[in-house]
Amino acid sequence: MTRTPLRPLARILSARAAGENPNVIERENIRKRHEEMHDKMRQRAEGRLFLLGLFFFCAFVVVGGRMGALATSEPTEPRASAPGATISAARADIVDRDGRLLATNFETHALYAQPPHMVDPEAAAEKLVQIFPELKPERLIKDFTGTRKFVWIKRKISPEQMQAVHEIGDPGLLFGPRDMRLYPNGRLASHILGGASFGKEGVSAAEVIGVAGVEKQFDDYLLDPANGNRPLKLALDLPVQAAAERVLYGGMRLMNAKGATAILMDVRTGEVVSLVSLPDFDPNNRPRPLTRGDQSESPLFNRAVQGVYELGSTFKIFTAAQAIDLGIVNRNTVIDIRGPLQWGRFRIRDFRNYGKELTVENIIVKSSNIGTARLAQRIGTPRQQDFLRDLGFFKPTEFEILEASSGNPLLPRNWSELSTMTISYGHGLSASPMHLATAYAAIANGGYMVKPTILRQSGPRMGKRVLSEHSARVARQMLRKVVANGTASMGEVTGYSVGGKTGTADKPMPRGGYYEDKVIATFASIFPAHDPQYVLVVTLDEPVETSGDEPRRTAGWTAVPVAAEMIKRIAPLLGVRPGVEPAIRADITPASSN
Amino acid sequence: MRTLFFVLTIASVIGLAFWAYRENYATREALAGAERMRDEIRAAHSRLSVLRAEWAYLNRPDRLRDLADLNFDRLGLLPLRPDQFGRIDEVAYPAPPEQSRLEAIDVSLREDSE
Repeated sequence: MTRTPLRPLARILSARAAGENPNVIERENIRKRHEEMHDKMRQRAEGRLFLLGLFFFCAFVVVGGRMGALATSEPTEPRASAPGATISAARADIVDRDGRLLATNFETHALYAQPPHMVDPEAAAEKLVQIFPELKPERLIKDFTGTRKFVWIKRKISPEQMQAVHEIGDPGLLFGPRDMRLYPNGRLASHILGGASFGKEGVSAAEVIGVAGVEKQFDDYLLDPANGNRPLKLALDLPVQAAAERVLYGGMRLMNAKGATAILMDVRTGEVVSLVSLPDFDPNNRPRPLTRGDQSESPLFNRAVQGVYELGSTFKIFTAAQAIDLGIVNRNTVIDIRGPLQWGRFRIRDFRNYGKELTVENIIVKSSNIGTARLAQRIGTPRQQDFLRDLGFFKPTEFEILEASSGNPLLPRNWSELSTMTISYGHGLSASPMHLATAYAAIANGGYMVKPTILRQSGPRMGKRVLSEHSARVARQMLRKVVANGTASMGEVTGYSVGGKTGTADKPMPRGGYYEDKVIATFASIFPAHDPQYVLVVTLDEPVETSGDEPRRTAGWTAVPVAAEMIKRIAPLLGVRPGVEPAIRADITPASSN
Repeated sequence: MRTLFFVLTIASVIGLAFWAYRENYATREALAGAERMRDEIRAAHSRLSVLRAEWAYLNRPDRLRDLADLNFDRLGLLPLRPDQFGRIDEVAYPAPPEQSRLEAIDVSLREDSE
């Protein structure tokens, strides 16, 4: 670049000669130079602005063009997708503890009609009724010939029915794919599984949603597409459940009971390996809930978790265990049981007269109400309440099926000393069999609470300690004696050293008072008593055993034989090996217990 | 020199265009193949789930029990009983090898850990 000097010598000299100020020339030159620089910079800035404008123009054209293209084109699925995490739209399966299928999906079709496209609506309606006899022809003809543009005909049809509808050949009869929930085992574990139905429904798909049981409880998990091929694993054992249902059904028929329930629980994990409530239903074709009358008459009613009953003498072991735990008594302390025990207007009687006094152990073995009430008096109301609260009798169980949350125990409104005494032998407090099983599991596993669960667990899940190791062991030995030579002698199963406690409670009338001849018979058992692995609670509703001269209703004659038969059938299936019971150390009480 | 340069450039453009054309169709073919395969996988999955459901249905305890009852003459199947548990030392050793006749060993004993 040529640079013109600001003070060119030739001009300065001539200006000086002319007597002018040479600085004027310099200023003139500076001004010119500035003008030049100014012009150059302006040009450059304009160029940059133009470029930037061009860039923005192009960018907006691209964006606009893309938007236009998206707005006018048909949407398509991306064709190339990376294989990897498989996403499945189908509801996840439910399997038992060994992976056997309990609930799965099945592709079927729904049948619908578009009347404007129908060729011969009357004939089509007639033929449809031949295929589906439950449809009403008048109704179909009315729908097909009216103003309706769309009519659902059937929600689920079989392939054979679909073929038959194809053969009608009417272009207005159309099919939409449907995923149907299928329970291949039929009525088995129906109360656990619950059932499913359709949620949001479209022509090409319908959402399958759970309506009860685990299907409802774990709806979010089952519907999550990411869990499509990760089935929900339950703690149930299919063969055990089948055997338990069969034995309980037989027992219910034999004992003329109108309902029955059985819960089999692992004492360390809280896993419910089997849960039966009879009568049951087929979840593939779930009946409608009763609109009137007593819900507990419906087969949908889950007696194991929803039915709250006074569970009778099965509660006595809690009173005895607590009294021993508190150090008030030991198993050989003699208690005065002369009766009847008068309390205000109320009298506590025993089933029969057991004499003047019994040891704590024999109070349990012979099931003396008076003796238990005397123990409860010594424990006192606050401590009894605390213990029963710890055992979970104050709130619904945390068992993970929808119905469990409605199994709210019924507690006395005013917990008087009389309540304390009656509750000590299981009257005045109503709880579900699931509550009872959970509390017995605490005795069986050495004094720890467990949470009843339907999900498969990987290991023991012992919670809070509610009983000392020693008192739990003494309680177990007492339970064993009840079966060995007490009220539950029919519960003896060779090799499994069953321990348990019977309970027979009169059924309350809806208007207050108790029925004379209607009872709830319960047998809560643990096996093997010397090293308990499982708790089994069997409850029969209104059983009558009629083989003798007069009808017998006590649990010892009704629930106990059923439970014994059940243990005989399911213990081998559970892999519990029959063994010889170690001898109970005779009356040795460790010093720490007192 | 210049002409040669132009000819080469045009030739390479044509070559590249041909290559891109072929690649385009090869990609479409591959995509269509992948889609066919996905359809096959989907169909296989649904068939599998139907078969699994059918297997579970055919193996439902009710049916197996009925079958066991029906074929009691031939199979003699009974529910598992506590007295069928055995100990490993109750299982007889096989006959010495010099005996040619093989004796059947009862394998119905189930060995579980205690």
